[in-house]
Amino acid sequence: MAHFTKATSVKDWLDQRLAIVKVEKVMASEYWIPKNINFLWAMGMILAVTFSLLLVSGIFLLMYYQPNIDTAFYSVNYTIMREVDFGWLWRHVHGVAASVIFLIMYIHMFTGIYYGSYKKGREMIWLSGMLLFVTFSAEAFSGYMLPWGQMSYWAGMVITNLFAGGSLHADGLVEWIRGDYVPAQAFLSRFFMLHVILLPLAIMGLIGLHFAALRIPHVNNQDGEEIDFEAESKKYLAGDKAGSKVMRFGNDFMSKDMTIVGLYLVFFFYLVFYNYGFAMDPVNFDPADGLKTPAHIYPEWYFLWSYEILRPFSVDVGLIAFGFAQVIFFALPFLDRSPNAVAANRRGLFAIWFWVMLVNMIVLTAMGKLPPEGIYSTIGYVAALLFMAQWLVLPFITKFEKKV
Amino acid sequence: MKNNTRRGFMGKAFGAVAAVGAIGSLVAMKKTWDPLPSVKAAGFTTLDMSVYQENKLAVEKWRGKPIFVLKKTAAMVADQTEIQSVRDIVVDGAHYMVSIGLCTHLGCIPSYNANDKDFLCACHGGKFDYAGEVTKVPPPRGLDIPPFKIEGNTLVLGEKGPEYMKMKETGVTL
Repeated sequence: MAHFTKATSVKDWLDQRLAIVKVEKVMASEYWIPKNINFLWAMGMILAVTFSLLLVSGIFLLMYYQPNIDTAFYSVNYTIMREVDFGWLWRHVHGVAASVIFLIMYIHMFTGIYYGSYKKGREMIWLSGMLLFVTFSAEAFSGYMLPWGQMSYWAGMVITNLFAGGSLHADGLVEWIRGDYVPAQAFLSRFFMLHVILLPLAIMGLIGLHFAALRIPHVNNQDGEEIDFEAESKKYLAGDKAGSKVMRFGNDFMSKDMTIVGLYLVFFFYLVFYNYGFAMDPVNFDPADGLKTPAHIYPEWYFLWSYEILRPFSVDVGLIAFGFAQVIFFALPFLDRSPNAVAANRRGLFAIWFWVMLVNMIVLTAMGKLPPEGIYSTIGYVAALLFMAQWLVLPFITKFEKKV
Repeated sequence: MKNNTRRGFMGKAFGAVAAVGAIGSLVAMKKTWDPLPSVKAAGFTTLDMSVYQENKLAVEKWRGKPIFVLKKTAAMVADQTEIQSVRDIVVDGAHYMVSIGLCTHLGCIPSYNANDKDFLCACHGGKFDYAGEVTKVPPPRGLDIPPFKIEGNTLVLGEKGPEYMKMKETGVTL
């Protein structure tokens, strides 16, 4: 048995039993962050904070929400919104955070793509991040079912129909997922289960993996510099704080991080209090009706780009294109054949690839929202083809890239 | 026996038992997600075909899904091609288009325009004619015809009559 002495303080008592001094060093004061980074490196912390807001607001919503097809709609739109004191606050925080977290995830992803933070030992960070993106998508979709309005019902119908696999006609699989021929009580109950327990557990596990994946390769920096963290941290601890290329995570980097988080929260709560409408589809304020399709069924803005890739094609080709769009980002570290892990503006053709990809995804998002008619159909079709073509040329343009 | 082999054996024995347990629980989990017997048994819908008006779409309900019933006028029947007319359900001398009212693309409900005599799905722009055949993609096939049985002047949905079985065999519907 370990040797314990009479504690000299509460801290010492805890330290003997939990090694809190060591833990604090490993997690914060001797976890090293490069100095040459910018505000885009704060997106991870913003995501963690937004996820916490979702968790807390979700817990309060859960106290009054009823996962029953007859009462779900009213438990949200009447009980929570009108009867529960501050019920509106939890709902608006939850709805706005669910939408904004995707905006931040996209910024986080495109930052990673721009600075090449997905290769040279950082592949697991990228892959675990993509798993988080997919799990968050499932979490957002399952949450969207719960108010049981018209958009909930019809989005549920359309998305579960995708699992029939077009010409494969796997209707049995679709009915198995729904637990019924159409979305009904079994469907609502199981998506409620997924939303409040299974998927959040998976997300928390994946966040742990995402953070763990960061420890060995460390955070990238904006110059793509390969920093010797061992040597630089020794320099820092020896007193040469200005000369060292790294700083402590806690509380030095955290203070900068939280400054950005603070600015973000001002924007976030501005949306929650004054501009929450964008996260609340007006069509979803009609109760679900299986005999009436809304005029336009479109997903929330963050799914529009992949929806637009599905839409312009015949059903089988559309499904293949959609499946391609869903998984292709996972392959990024392996399709990028260049040894350069530096900012895109120093990578020649890749810089063009990056900006075309970013703009094209915005175009796809815009076209996904518009009705599929005339010129919008054509633009969407061309943009979807361009998206796929870009991934096909990526290995070639990066293979012939000059070493910087 | 050496300790190593004994431990190896215990490991394998545990693994084998655990594998059986894991497969068993996967079966249980899969079956728990299956539609319940009460859902599956939820019935048959009987339609009285004498109440419908010509070229006026009626929407009925069968297993939670909308069912389109369109009684065709004599002109509509006469205009039909062979491909369209094999989809007709003839009850008591009158021709009907009866189908599941969900677009075969991704399951939205198309709307009927009585002047143009066609269906438009607003979700992705698919179109069907008054016989339920596709006239504009993305829908991959005509509107599905539900299992039916003709009994006098009524139509029982959910039962498979000889007319339905013939449609299924000839590939008119899925």
